[in-house]
Amino acid sequence: MTTSAFEARREAVLAGLSRGWIETRHMLTDTASVIWYFAVPVIFAIVLLVMRGETVPGTEFALGAMVLPSLVGMSIAFGGLMGPAGTIAVDREDGTLLRAKATPNGMVGYLVGKIVMFALTTLVSIVLLVIPALTIAGELQLGPRTWLLLALVFIVGMVSTVPISVALGSLVKSAAQTGLLFLASMLLIVPSGIFYPITAMPTWLQWVGQAFPFYWLGLGARSAMLPEAMAVVEIGGSWRTFEMFVVLGVWAVIGMALAPIVLRRMARRQSGSAVAAARERIMSKGY
Amino acid sequence: MSARTRPASVGNTMALAVRDLRMRYGTKDVLSGVTFSAQRGEVLGLLGPNGAGKTTTIEILEGFRMPSAGEVSVLGVDPARGDEAWRSRIGVVLQSWRDHGRWRVRELLDYLARFYVPFSAPEAPRPWDVDELIEVIGLSELANAKLMTLSGGQRRRLDVAIGIVGRPEVVFLDEPTAGFDPHARREFHDLMHRLSDLENTTILITTHDLDEAEKVADRIIVLDEGRIVADGTVEQLARQFAAAAEVRWNSGGRRHVHAVSGCDPTGFVRDLLAKDEDVTELEVRRASLEDTYMALVQRAEAGPSRFAKQPDTEQQEGTEEASEAQG
Repeated sequence: MTTSAFEARREAVLAGLSRGWIETRHMLTDTASVIWYFAVPVIFAIVLLVMRGETVPGTEFALGAMVLPSLVGMSIAFGGLMGPAGTIAVDREDGTLLRAKATPNGMVGYLVGKIVMFALTTLVSIVLLVIPALTIAGELQLGPRTWLLLALVFIVGMVSTVPISVALGSLVKSAAQTGLLFLASMLLIVPSGIFYPITAMPTWLQWVGQAFPFYWLGLGARSAMLPEAMAVVEIGGSWRTFEMFVVLGVWAVIGMALAPIVLRRMARRQSGSAVAAARERIMSKGY
Repeated sequence: MSARTRPASVGNTMALAVRDLRMRYGTKDVLSGVTFSAQRGEVLGLLGPNGAGKTTTIEILEGFRMPSAGEVSVLGVDPARGDEAWRSRIGVVLQSWRDHGRWRVRELLDYLARFYVPFSAPEAPRPWDVDELIEVIGLSELANAKLMTLSGGQRRRLDVAIGIVGRPEVVFLDEPTAGFDPHARREFHDLMHRLSDLENTTILITTHDLDEAEKVADRIIVLDEGRIVADGTVEQLARQFAAAAEVRWNSGGRRHVHAVSGCDPTGFVRDLLAKDEDVTELEVRRASLEDTYMALVQRAEAGPSRFAKQPDTEQQEGTEEASEAQG
């Protein structure tokens, strides 16, 4: 790559950062999106309220305080997994991606913009979840270590989920099919140890849960926010921080190897007539 | 990266050069040997009925589609190998639908303009000044309006602005005025003239409307069933197509009509006047370019169901029609 090509890439990355900021602003000033972002933390807060008085099986520890960190982990996983897949499918059909393709280094700007937007909006939803929930679940251990570890889990969580999501969003045939991805994610929540300790589940289900990022992101958030003693209820009686980074790292590597290939293949098929065909299909069939 | 942008073997001095372009979907030939070229600053109209292969041709030139065979060169580069520096010299006017609906006019143009800054050169400063461009397309008062609030015509003018914000040397427009009212259409034509006259931009525009091609293009290429059936200026085409002429006259209280199949009806008329002294109300009519083009369109539409057997191509044809119906 020549110096000028490198400069052009850098300018595209900078433009992508501003794109991410602009799209975040649009998201946060759009009523429907805001309702969505506020509704989820409110629902979780209600779940935590219902759990009041219950304790983690075999301990005196409040179940709500145990579930809150898991919800943080789940928010990271959901933000990273569902968001990009959904938007890429929509952006392909409405021509956003084609515009990016018709612009020099436009795809670089597009991808950087998406990563920034999903990192920022996921961060907002986590803050909205943590602040009201702290008043309900008071037995959490919060210190500099908590925030440092949470930040790390957040970053690793984004890196391990966004590329996979981009790949999945490029694979689905239409925006309507991303509903299937949502359904699959919901199913994977069950063995993730987020709403109920994974150790109370059958062994085979524990293995299924441990294969996906949901469990590990929940575990990571718990290790950051819960007292050291609570590790005893986890698999192996430990936070397994090292294993967490390894598993999430593997997901990141898979995603980063897969995403550019699938995205490029999908983008190659984009043209004015492909967008027109999608428009025609949606206008006549409604999806 | 720059090593990949070596000039293609055809048309280094031409803005566009296409030689023996072929495109095949399954067993159906959509383009069978298309050859044409355009000089810098030329406005080329690609005319033809639905399904003639216009969209396929323009998408190959844009670098969005790989041809089955043939040589293609846009600004001396094969679009299939064009890098980002090449891309910065090309403008593609897309038909927007609902993308970037929450973005504001100036916001989007500012964002897209940034990508062209590194490709600016003293002899070719890029991009356009965004405010100046908004003024040119007549959207100054709507510079801060969200895209989703624009009318169809306003949005299409913005599409043109997006396509040319990088001050491209070549601009591609696929059926840009489909769904326009006459007023919007005329404004659009004025914008095209301005672009080619003031900026010396090479423009390739596809349309199925002869009237539009005549108004905008310096030269018209008529495509039918993947083949070029005519290539020339409006005057040249008129002469080329006006093969048949009709001679009508009154004689002996009766009206006579005679079709002359040769190029020149003069000889027939001379003979007629020499033989028959009673001739009155003599009338000679040449078939116009419009008559010939309409005949071509009618034949294409009534033709044997060419698409029925190949689902691939049916989709291809369908999209062209769709963009015309919805645009």
